[in-house]
Amino acid sequence: MLVRIISGDMPRSRLLSLIVLVIGFSLLFAPFLFPGIKSLDTAARIAIFIVLVASYDLLLGYTGIVSFAHTMFYGIGAYGTALALDAWGPSFWAMGLGTLLGALVAAVLALLIGLFSLRVRAIFFAMVTLAIASAFAVLVSQMSAFTGGEDGLTYRIPRELTPAFRLMTDKILDVSINGRLLAYYLIFFCALVLFLVLLRIVNSPFGTTLKAVRDNSFRAEAIGYRVIWYRTGATVLSAVVAALAGSLLAIWLRYTGPATTLSMEIMINILLMVVIGGMGTMYGAVVGATIFILAQTYLQDLMGIASKATDGIPLLSELIAPERWLLWLGVLFILSVYFFPTGIVGRLRGEVK
Amino acid sequence: MPEALLTLDGVHTHIGPYHILHGVDLEVPAGGVAMLLGRNGAGKTTTLRTIMGLWKASAGTIRFHGRDIAGLDTPAIAKLGIAFVPEDMGIFTDLTVQENMMLAARSGAPDRPRLNWICDLFPPLRTFWHSPAGTLSGGQKQMLSVARAIIEPRALILIDEPTKGLAPAIIKAMTAALRQLKETDTTILLVEQNFSMARALGDTVAVMDDGRIIHEGDMADLSADAGLQERLMGLSLEAHQ
Repeated sequence: MLVRIISGDMPRSRLLSLIVLVIGFSLLFAPFLFPGIKSLDTAARIAIFIVLVASYDLLLGYTGIVSFAHTMFYGIGAYGTALALDAWGPSFWAMGLGTLLGALVAAVLALLIGLFSLRVRAIFFAMVTLAIASAFAVLVSQMSAFTGGEDGLTYRIPRELTPAFRLMTDKILDVSINGRLLAYYLIFFCALVLFLVLLRIVNSPFGTTLKAVRDNSFRAEAIGYRVIWYRTGATVLSAVVAALAGSLLAIWLRYTGPATTLSMEIMINILLMVVIGGMGTMYGAVVGATIFILAQTYLQDLMGIASKATDGIPLLSELIAPERWLLWLGVLFILSVYFFPTGIVGRLRGEVK
Repeated sequence: MPEALLTLDGVHTHIGPYHILHGVDLEVPAGGVAMLLGRNGAGKTTTLRTIMGLWKASAGTIRFHGRDIAGLDTPAIAKLGIAFVPEDMGIFTDLTVQENMMLAARSGAPDRPRLNWICDLFPPLRTFWHSPAGTLSGGQKQMLSVARAIIEPRALILIDEPTKGLAPAIIKAMTAALRQLKETDTTILLVEQNFSMARALGDTVAVMDDGRIIHEGDMADLSADAGLQERLMGLSLEAHQ
């Protein structure tokens, strides 16, 4: 049963299975295991980024396409939901319709970009996507009357998904059963379903063909596969899933702006998460996104504690001062790429071999 | 001579600034094995790649079953029933042997008897069925490459130097497999430097030099005429064995 759910794509390493199970259970029971606003927000962001990174892995790891437009599709999804909720009010149908429209716009745009640009060499496609994503970010910023510009949009979501909504008066394990909890589980289960759909795609004959295209596109053509259609198909699927991840973020944050969806920093973070986790593995997205977001959220706090503990040692306490957290994050990533060139998942699977 | 399955008429091919094929005229009869011989750099591989649409012919016609295919793209040519086994084998190294095979079965999963027949032709494929193709030896990769081309019945198979760099035992196995394949209705256009294999398999032969066909005839006639071999290729067949 479980094997069927994960489309027969086993982690193929005991340690990896354990890591994925721990992450899965931690996310499933996050509101009860890690009570608090910050930890719940971190758990929701991990769930959303697992989907976003996995959808980028479909493109980069499985098809060999380098695109810088992934955050644009993520933003389109987020803005679709945000604009719908802003214009039509906080209802489920507005949320659903906005999500659907965002995904549709992302699909059409990805189809056009794919058909017109995927015939060129990889580096030119990467440049085309970079240019389109930059132009889109400027457009969103300029159309402030519509998109809120650099300030973004703040809107209300259906009351059933807000802390004001009480599902039960009693607490369970000291946790209020309110709309915020419902919103978290909506995010979690949508992310889970999207991840399983991606797992199904990469383990289908379509996914096998994508890997063949990545391996040797001329040979795939000689067998009779129209490479451009497969590359475009992967681009569209990846864009739609990224847009849906963007919609989940819009629902969770109740705010959508360029900094949370369209920035180049997020694009680079996605790339890092794919590389750290392991390209072309899907489980790499789970591991990469979790480690990255945990480091991004808690490294500063950890360094603060460590700095206080080493207060008497002048150079060391200076080096691990909380304001230097970005430096140490960079060092951690360099080390992880050095020690895990095939990503953490690649390394764990390699140990099995 | 049987009716031609494939006809090249005055085919020119340019690769970037280089003019490689200078008006190739070639007929491949239906059924049997047509050998394409010639020195290195004569244009044999370019001829196969041009037939397959991987290089576009800049002039001339390529007729398959009487239809001009020179303007078609590679997937369309493949769908007409032409398979190509390239010199570099073109294996998808990250995929398993099974995935490599199934990928080439364009009209659905192949029937069990055909799959068994192919695995009998190339027994190592059965052994490494679930292994990544990248872990196979050179000879096994070549077997997979040919097996993939015949996973479904094809009208024409283009094979580019299948014995290049292989051990004698593997060449023997490959020759035996191609001989069995020859007994089916499949037509093979085979580029080969190993003249023992050429003589053992070939029904007809075309010899290329400098981007042109300089000789067409029966393989048996060329095999028997040392003087002709010397004149066409500068060396006798015996010297290449």
